[in-house]
Amino acid sequence: MNFSDYLILFGGMGLVTYLPRWLPLFYLAQRKLPQWLIDWLSMIPVAILCSLLAPILFTDQSNRTLYLGKTEFLVAIPTLLFALKTKSLGTTVLVGMGLYWLSDLFLQ
Amino acid sequence: MPRYYLYHPDNIILKTLKFQTHKKKTIATQFVIVMTDSTAPEDDSSWFREGAIAAWPICFGYIPIGLALGVLGNQAGIPVWAVTMMSIMVFAGSAQFICVAMLTAGASLWAILLTTFVVNLRHFLMSSAVAVHLSGLRRLLLSFFAYGITDESFAVNMARFRKGNWDFKRALTVNQLSNMTWILSTTCGALMGQFIPRGAFGTDYALTAMFLALLLFQLHNISFFLTGLAALLIATLWYLFIPGNSYILGASVSAATIGFFFKRYQDRHK
Repeated sequence: MNFSDYLILFGGMGLVTYLPRWLPLFYLAQRKLPQWLIDWLSMIPVAILCSLLAPILFTDQSNRTLYLGKTEFLVAIPTLLFALKTKSLGTTVLVGMGLYWLSDLFLQ
Repeated sequence: MPRYYLYHPDNIILKTLKFQTHKKKTIATQFVIVMTDSTAPEDDSSWFREGAIAAWPICFGYIPIGLALGVLGNQAGIPVWAVTMMSIMVFAGSAQFICVAMLTAGASLWAILLTTFVVNLRHFLMSSAVAVHLSGLRRLLLSFFAYGITDESFAVNMARFRKGNWDFKRALTVNQLSNMTWILSTTCGALMGQFIPRGAFGTDYALTAMFLALLLFQLHNISFFLTGLAALLIATLWYLFIPGNSYILGASVSAATIGFFFKRYQDRHK
């Protein structure tokens, strides 16, 4: 891929990412959304995060089969407990990485 | 005691109001009344310091993730300048990871664009929610602020706005410091790519750990918990039986709808 290929790809990605960030701020800043929509939208962050996590935690992504007891899932448990205890995003990321690294070293 | 300010949608100048008092009728149609919290910051000299203090956990979390993305990009054969360009133009962690993975898998331009759009559609909600706290600002400033809305900056800024001691300058500082950290760390990762073996120090797990922590911080009550469980179940099944990346949108919309009706049922039977 050359410069113009990357420019088209990242320009397009930038545009489709920017539009949902920009439209509500630009047009809805002084309008009120209906309550049912606010309630429904409030469920979206949790739903998206779980949807992104599910295949990582419960499946073998190389051949799309169910795989319970993955390292990713086992490490997730202490990582979640640490996040619950400290409420810190930055340190949780580091602890999760460290645990994953260690379990890779020792469990293989 | 809440304070009331008069803001013109395109011009945040209170003096204009005094100057034009004889045109009361025109002013009444042009100005909107904005209620601000009584604890809104009085002292305006410390905005950068306070913004930086709020931003540091985000920056701290972005460094390993940004390095990991840069390394992956490098290993996928993406040049360093292109990694920097992607971070500046897109500035969305998960979409950038997915883009690198899809490029490696030989996905088409349209598939990547559609996936990026779907994955980042969630920012629509965040932008709507944060808009409440930024009404009355010039549209140019709002357009610039929109660029920096991410899961992390949104979560941090909303928590501060709810407490009251927060304003546009501080929130923008959080957005832009996170943005700068992201651009620098992805570039560094791409530069060091050839020196760091794949997955060293658990970098492969950085994004997963961040998602886990962000998820945990959002489980405020039983309906969110149920939404999460539904999304995990539906996404796993969808992923196993339907090829492609449609599971993200499909499971999110289904689970949010389940959570929404559960919340309605719960509210009705209280």
